[in-house]
Amino acid sequence: MKSIAQRLIDWIEYRTGLETAIKNFLFEDIPASSGWHQVFGSVAVFLFLVQALSGLLLAFNYAPTPGDAYNSVKYIITALTGGALIRGLHHWGASMMIVVVVLHMIQVFIYGAYKRPREATWIVGVILFLITLGFGLTGYLLPWDNRAYWGTIVATQLVSKTPLIGPYLTRLLGGEGSIGVVTFARFFALHVLLLPPLATSLIALHVFLVRKHGVAPMPNDHGATKKFFPEQVFKDTVAIFVAFVILFVMAVVAKVPLDRLADPTDSSYIPRPDWYFLFLFQILKLFGGSLELVGSVVLPALAVAALVLVPFLDRGEIKRLAQRTVAIGVVVFGLLGWTGLTLTAVITTPKSSAPSMEEEEEVQEWQQLTPEELAGIGYFRREQCSSCHNLANKAPKVGPNLAATAIRRTPAWMIDHFKNPSMLVPGTSMPPIDLDDEQLAALASFLLKLSPSNAQVLNSAPTFPVEGAMVYKANQCGTCHMANGEGMKIGPELNGLFLRRTKEWVEEHLRNPQTHTPDSPMPSYKLSPTNMDRLLTYLFSIPRIKPFSMVQLRKAAPSLR
Amino acid sequence: MDRRTFHLAFIYGIWSAIAAILALPAAVYLLWPPRSKKETDWEDVGSLTQIGLKTPQEIVFRRNRIDGWKIISEKVSAWVVKMSDKEVVAFGPQCPHLGCAYHWVQQKHEFLCPCHTSTFSIDGEVLSGPAPRPLDRYETKIEGGKLLLGSVQKSTESGS
Repeated sequence: MKSIAQRLIDWIEYRTGLETAIKNFLFEDIPASSGWHQVFGSVAVFLFLVQALSGLLLAFNYAPTPGDAYNSVKYIITALTGGALIRGLHHWGASMMIVVVVLHMIQVFIYGAYKRPREATWIVGVILFLITLGFGLTGYLLPWDNRAYWGTIVATQLVSKTPLIGPYLTRLLGGEGSIGVVTFARFFALHVLLLPPLATSLIALHVFLVRKHGVAPMPNDHGATKKFFPEQVFKDTVAIFVAFVILFVMAVVAKVPLDRLADPTDSSYIPRPDWYFLFLFQILKLFGGSLELVGSVVLPALAVAALVLVPFLDRGEIKRLAQRTVAIGVVVFGLLGWTGLTLTAVITTPKSSAPSMEEEEEVQEWQQLTPEELAGIGYFRREQCSSCHNLANKAPKVGPNLAATAIRRTPAWMIDHFKNPSMLVPGTSMPPIDLDDEQLAALASFLLKLSPSNAQVLNSAPTFPVEGAMVYKANQCGTCHMANGEGMKIGPELNGLFLRRTKEWVEEHLRNPQTHTPDSPMPSYKLSPTNMDRLLTYLFSIPRIKPFSMVQLRKAAPSLR
Repeated sequence: MDRRTFHLAFIYGIWSAIAAILALPAAVYLLWPPRSKKETDWEDVGSLTQIGLKTPQEIVFRRNRIDGWKIISEKVSAWVVKMSDKEVVAFGPQCPHLGCAYHWVQQKHEFLCPCHTSTFSIDGEVLSGPAPRPLDRYETKIEGGKLLLGSVQKSTESGS
């Protein structure tokens, strides 16, 4: 009587032939000389599977739009258990994939395993190598942090400089000079819809071709063979295990960078591609001016062409390893060149001062308002507008709901309306607002910022910073200082002040600017203790990042259901 | 143990280990609830004087909810019953059977769920139909004559 397991296997085998297929695959004859040097292909396939799994898991919690991508990645690594590990696997797995694929190519190259009849296997391999790079390039954009944004800007600009087809390629990648929703969608589609099935089918073809021609024998084999399973599979498994342990430790220990949210106005950012593209980046520096095309297009194209042509240039019989001095020389030369270029690029990269996400504070939506808009909330409260107006969503009081209507008016209309309500809206019971022009402008700009979706959040701005913003406006700090993109740049920008100074320092500085900075043109301010406290609270609530666009924020902020 | 047996044991062992080490974090990642700062927000839904005694009234209000990586502001409703001037009950808007929206039928003096005809009394107890437990209730608080609603608490089989 057979065991249940055996009967199940027999049942499946009889109907599908699966067991025979697996056995045919595993018990293939391979040359007797096969061994440790041939493990890299299997490791690459394994890493590809890890990338597929971790990529799939990431996609379960990832939103591929510029408005959401960054927040969802942040959510994955901070809110989800194991999320950081999975992102780590995907990130370091990508790097490791490049390493292993290159090692695989070097091995095949040194052994001359691409020779007739294995030219097609080699060419498919070269295409797979390019696809691996394509994965790296398209995946780089997806976290939508500064690193991703600026790195991709450079890449797409390079593409656009290709002779003849440059403009078309740019259009294909969805951007003409800028990166936005379209580019993002294209990169995402390439990364998860086009490249994976393409890679999978080419891997299948590659393995099929290896099987069709058999593993390349060495001259000293003299036709002797052994079985693929279990001896070579054992060696492959050892190599895969080593690779997996390294990858896993990297994913646990090494922090995957997530910069600040992509900021097109951040002129301090130093864009760099991922390490495996650094040599190309360095080559670009060598060919300046009119020779730029040489570095960006001609050399890479020649390199790819050379790779494809390798089996047609080197057509002799397969030789012993010791006799392949030219091939070894080419590899050594190539590695030296690559290392030199990469090291130069690393050494010449200035240390980036850009703080990463971990140092980033939680920024509330009200903190993104300009001083004027924030002060507007103060006037809104002081004038008790809410006794006649709701902001949104609730039943209208005597006056209309402001978040719904204000958007349709111009600031000028609103200021006129505030001063003399019945002139513009005959029959209204609204009393004139007794504020000066500047204060009315602040009120108007706050009301214009309102939308049904943000009304609640904005209205919840804490009292102290709001009143601080009113003190800020009353003392016209904005005529010299920039805060959240509003004001002049005569004095230092106030975004991120809380990182640079203590409250005591700023307070002293306000009272007597020359104490800390003797040649400061700033006048001294005599504020009441309460107003000083309010102003300081406000100044220290200005986020480090200046919001580059409220449109962007709206997308990331609570959406209306 | 001969060479071949060792190879086989190693291959099966390592591949099982790799599969387990990958599957475990994947399962945790997909199944564990996300970490989030969860505090009850009390929403002011209006003055108590607007609600008639022992007359269920549907109140629609807005509240913020954490939805993945976003905080969304969404419209929710509650069936509010003023039992006395001091006591107010607010029922969650979904039938505890399969989540349909039920409503108050004044003529019959009961809540009716149109999906599978569960009916509930004015205090939320199941009168008929497949509903497994009484209506869920919001946490309620009365401050200065205003009704504040917290989060919906799941009712228990025996009553709330």
